[in-house]
Amino acid sequence: MNTLEKSTIDEKLYYEVLDNGLQVYILPKKGFHKTFATFTTNYGSIDNHFTPIGGSEPVKVPDGIAHFLEHKMFEDEEGDVFQTFGKQGASSNAFTSFTKTAYLFSSTAQTEKNISTLLDFVQHPYFTEDSVEKEKGIIEQEIRMYEDQADWLAFFQLLGGMYHEHPAKIDIAGTVESIYDITKEDLYTCYETFYHPSNMALFIAGDAEPEALMALIKENQAGKEFPPAPELKRILPEEPAEAASDKKVLEMSVNTPKVLVGYKVLQERTGEDLMRYELAMDLLMDTLIGPGTTFYESLYEEGLIDDSFSGEFQVDRSFTFFVAGGDTAQPDELQNRITSLLETKDPAAFDSEMFERIKRRNIGTFLRQLNSLEFMASQYTSYAFAGMDMFDTAAMLESITAEECLELWNQHFHGPERSVSQVVKKKNE
Amino acid sequence: MVEKEQINTGAALHLLPTKKFKTTTILLQMLAPLEAETATERSLLSQVLKSATADYPSRKSIRSHLDYLYGAVFTTDVAKKGDYHLLTFRLDIANERYIEHAEPLLEEGLAFLKGAVLSPYLENGIFSEKIIAEEKRNLQQRMEAVYDDKIRYANNRMLQHMFPEDPYRLQAQGELERLEAVSAERLMTVYESMLKEDKVDMYIIGDVEEAQAAKAASAFSVFEENRHVKKAAGTAYSVRETPNHIKETDDIQQGKLHIGCRVPVYFKDSSFAAMQVANALLGGFPHSKLFLNVREKESLAYYAASRYDSLKGFVTIMAGIETSQYDKALAIITEQIEDMKIGRFTEDEVEQTKGMLVNQLLETADSAKGTADLLYQGIVGERQISMDEWISQVQAVTLEEVADCAADIVIDTVFFLHGEKEDQ
Repeated sequence: MNTLEKSTIDEKLYYEVLDNGLQVYILPKKGFHKTFATFTTNYGSIDNHFTPIGGSEPVKVPDGIAHFLEHKMFEDEEGDVFQTFGKQGASSNAFTSFTKTAYLFSSTAQTEKNISTLLDFVQHPYFTEDSVEKEKGIIEQEIRMYEDQADWLAFFQLLGGMYHEHPAKIDIAGTVESIYDITKEDLYTCYETFYHPSNMALFIAGDAEPEALMALIKENQAGKEFPPAPELKRILPEEPAEAASDKKVLEMSVNTPKVLVGYKVLQERTGEDLMRYELAMDLLMDTLIGPGTTFYESLYEEGLIDDSFSGEFQVDRSFTFFVAGGDTAQPDELQNRITSLLETKDPAAFDSEMFERIKRRNIGTFLRQLNSLEFMASQYTSYAFAGMDMFDTAAMLESITAEECLELWNQHFHGPERSVSQVVKKKNE
Repeated sequence: MVEKEQINTGAALHLLPTKKFKTTTILLQMLAPLEAETATERSLLSQVLKSATADYPSRKSIRSHLDYLYGAVFTTDVAKKGDYHLLTFRLDIANERYIEHAEPLLEEGLAFLKGAVLSPYLENGIFSEKIIAEEKRNLQQRMEAVYDDKIRYANNRMLQHMFPEDPYRLQAQGELERLEAVSAERLMTVYESMLKEDKVDMYIIGDVEEAQAAKAASAFSVFEENRHVKKAAGTAYSVRETPNHIKETDDIQQGKLHIGCRVPVYFKDSSFAAMQVANALLGGFPHSKLFLNVREKESLAYYAASRYDSLKGFVTIMAGIETSQYDKALAIITEQIEDMKIGRFTEDEVEQTKGMLVNQLLETADSAKGTADLLYQGIVGERQISMDEWISQVQAVTLEEVADCAADIVIDTVFFLHGEKEDQ
């Protein structure tokens, strides 16, 4: 077992890659009542076109299948895995994102039993035609719920405006129509292809004994047969640099309009380069438009934004974009102010004292994140899949210079790759 | 968990020393009666006070100072706690032990907090008109945005129908109709009475010594200890003969069903833990009756759950369903309540529910804010219990007690927000 010790922050991480390829991370956290564990596959809604394991021809699967699979994993011959966790005093859950599906539990007793349950249920697919049909009604209601959420719709409208081809433009849960096309066989195909241990990571944080836990996990895995690790063949469409649409507007039953401005970024950095790039872009954005900047505070004083305003740079497997916006009474004006600041590139908008303060702010933010086992698990896993070490964050942040950020500013935010999404109040007919 | 209250200070001090967090959290809880005449003002006040202090007279300068303190987080918040209105100041600041070459931060953080609460930025002895106007606009937009979140909106509408004469119908963030008219003078009056009359409790959670905490709390010696706040004129517990059914339409895809039930069991009652188990068995977890019967068995909903408010004494049941399934969903939900009343549940189910509740309590205690919220419930609920006591009371609940509590559940208001067309 390997260890990674960070004495300044008093954290020590234990990790190992098992024979079957599974990455295991254990972060002991003294004083916590609970143990929190996530079992994550590097597979999400965008992985809809691929060559199945053992197959020779690429297949395209219905939209929303990764999320559907997540729902169905909770059922086996004995019934519902929620109940098994429940009897063992654990609460369990799962979520699907663009590129990941994570299964998790948290418990304050019977940790070892719950870890075995987590490994066993995710590594045991069991789908029947009846249960697949039954789930469609539940997921339909989940999709309907999202259809009433203006923020969610504004976000996916933006992705649809930015991307011509990339599957990030598809809603994670699919559509009411697409989920009715999903079959038991489709689920098995996706499962066999993407749930191989070599495509997965287990992260455990809590008041745990790392040696004992690692032994338990190894024994559990040694008792299961897996075929040799296949090389995953995902197929991604060619994505043009410019946005698919410069603006989309949706009318809904809302009081307050919303606007999101997005910039598509095509980049293929990996490992440390990627981490440095992501941190530098975050720093750049915080310095230009974050709370405390002249830009942000003027907009607030003018009444163009409220507390809902935020900006975020998102880097995920195979796609990267920047998004900023929120609720506003004047969506067009807010949109103009954001694009004008980012695209005009007036050096005066970059306050270097602010830049240094934000670096200081980020040190505190990093410490605060260490308080949350949930955050650590999800963040560490995402970083690990991308070949990065989250604990390097603080040191790397420290080394990023203002010049570096200014150079990145020059390389981004040109205009043609921009798209805007608005949600406005529906006019009475 | 240790809780010490012996330190002589203005605000009642609750020190919760722990080494598990890398930041220190300080909460100042200001409690007043929930009243239509002050809720909006207090909500606006929470925004104005966090926007400017005498030392840092703008949002920008506050932000800059907090960034300098290694990204300290300062927030204010308002909430309804039964018949009371709670205004919370919260400061979360890094523990310098984990930062190389950092100066002590806690004292600096406290000095800032003290300034925000006790020395606001004033112009000629009164709040700035400019800041008030900005914060009114921000608050107004947040109030209007409640309508945009249809689940939250439906829940508010249900409460307005369930508590038509009771202050509980109000929103913690105040009422739009009242906001515009709040003047700087009025805000000052409410601020002054907040300092003079609110019950003030201070929580410090982190790796903090008693002496440090005592010093911290003494900064707030202006508050008199052991203040008692009068309850708002909440209407007495009453039960309708027949439930009130209300349907409203909106341009939405999914119907939002919210059912308000009266339960005459409060936090201070000896049957509180049993009621907590009863609610959790009805709709608190994935093994609960609502989840199993509305979602798993009938595929009618994605979410179907219940929530128990032990300060006001009611249970809310909520589910998102197709409009055409209203009668069916309501019948199934009603049946679950009736089953609970006649004790139609097993010992296994109750034991599992208790296990999950204990797990939930312990998990909540793994966050600084969660710990403080649990303990503060005892202050407002007039029965202070430790986590250990709370857990053993849950564990001691019997099947009969659960059925007894369930027997007192009475459906009061059935509110349904649905689309204009039948299931497009």
